[in-house]
Amino acid sequence: MSWLDGLSWFLLLLGLVFFIAGSLGLLRFPDQFSRLHAVTKADTLGLGLVVLGLSIQSSWRETLLMLLIWLLVMCSGAVSCQLLARFSRDAADAEPLISHQEPGQTANSTSPASAPVTKRAE
Amino acid sequence: MGLLLFDLVLATVVLLLAGTAIFSRNLTHAVMLFMAFGVMMALAWARLAAPDLALAEAAIGAGLTGALCFTALVRQPAALDSKVATSLLPICFVALITAALLFSVWQIPVSPNPALSHEVSVALPQSGVAHPVTAVLLNFRSWDTLLELLVLLLALLGAQQAQSSLTLYAGWSLSLSWSRLLSPLIILLTGYLLWRGAAAPGGAFQAGALLASGLVVLRLNQQLTWLSWQNPWVRLAALSGLLVFVLTGLFSLLWSSSRLWLEWPTAYAGAVILGIESFATLAIAVTLTLLVVGEPTEERADA
Amino acid sequence: MLSLYVYFTLATLLIGFGAYGVWRGPELLRRILALNIMGAGIFLLMVTLAYRPVLQGEPADSVLHALVLTGLVVAVSATAFALALLGRILQKGKA
Repeated sequence: MSWLDGLSWFLLLLGLVFFIAGSLGLLRFPDQFSRLHAVTKADTLGLGLVVLGLSIQSSWRETLLMLLIWLLVMCSGAVSCQLLARFSRDAADAEPLISHQEPGQTANSTSPASAPVTKRAE
Repeated sequence: MGLLLFDLVLATVVLLLAGTAIFSRNLTHAVMLFMAFGVMMALAWARLAAPDLALAEAAIGAGLTGALCFTALVRQPAALDSKVATSLLPICFVALITAALLFSVWQIPVSPNPALSHEVSVALPQSGVAHPVTAVLLNFRSWDTLLELLVLLLALLGAQQAQSSLTLYAGWSLSLSWSRLLSPLIILLTGYLLWRGAAAPGGAFQAGALLASGLVVLRLNQQLTWLSWQNPWVRLAALSGLLVFVLTGLFSLLWSSSRLWLEWPTAYAGAVILGIESFATLAIAVTLTLLVVGEPTEERADA
Repeated sequence: MLSLYVYFTLATLLIGFGAYGVWRGPELLRRILALNIMGAGIFLLMVTLAYRPVLQGEPADSVLHALVLTGLVVAVSATAFALALLGRILQKGKA
């Protein structure tokens, strides 16, 4: 039993390391895209490791719930990352920043959004 | 010891987020820090043995307030590099008041006066539900909940009067399909929270806030176009919580054996509370959605 | 026991920060945020008071929890109304 506990703690600590790395990337990386890259990927992996580490110590029902949470967080992380990357790309295309314009003007400035996605966010 | 360490870390993070949200030079940063502050407050509620509040705050503070503040941010004029004026006199004044408050709060005795919670636990079997918070909200202090629904409705009416135009961004296929995929899950969770509210943390407020955040996501993706104040059924739904509440209260006043306003007979109390809560959930969800999204002019979705 | 004082202090400081922000905030939106932070401080004070029975092995005070739950929903609706008014003011300023 003890080596299982040790494995669980190791996985938890590894997950924390990924979380810290992602947060550091969010704070220190120079531009929007690399920050998104750091924070979404590292956090997904970190959460996965934490779930794995906790599932060793818990019942199968709790494990199932945690897996569901991980799946949801992973999917919504991917979607929100794509959305943010897309928005900042469009904002970079159309200076000045979209969020500070008149509502009427934003309709025009988002029109490049209809162009096919050429730049990959991740 | 470990718990105290957690408390100290959480308190520091919450304080830093609040301080930077207020003193940050950039308004956009301030709004984002404020949203993070909401999430951390949800963690604090969970730590302080208030799971009901944690559920509500997670849906409201992390979801709805964020959407609200970003909507307001879009309308802000461009001059965003502002500085909080730090003049000496106001700082001294506020610091003095805070110190006095701190001093008086620390005088509060650690051992509580158990009178009120004792009465709740004594009366709980007669309330029709097993969860004390739900019993307080919908039986012992149902006036609060009734008036709260009224406040929500008044806020909605006021916001409708002061409404200003806002353009919704065109939806995007990935976020659209993800929000569609999420919606059955959110409806399922709403029903679960509502049903569980009788026996465990949960209830009309949490369920309503959760349903509202789901509706807001769909609405921002330009789904559910019927969900607007122009639609009479939506108006009815926004009114339904208050309406059902008042009708049930009248019924209890006129026909039940006790003849008391908002006093449910013990035998039917569980069913009455569940009925009121269902309509209150619907009303809270619709009202919050309309408050957050308003009546946007729509932009055609791109593929 | 000590945790109680940590949260008391946190609540008081949040109220103080919020009060300063409401008073001296440069933009109206910032003042609304500060008002919300002040409200969070007051809610935190109430929930910490409700937490006291837990230290003695009893369930937390449900009356205070119910009050704060009502307060959360009222706070968000008041914020939404304030932001709608703010939008109106900004639109007037531009026109």
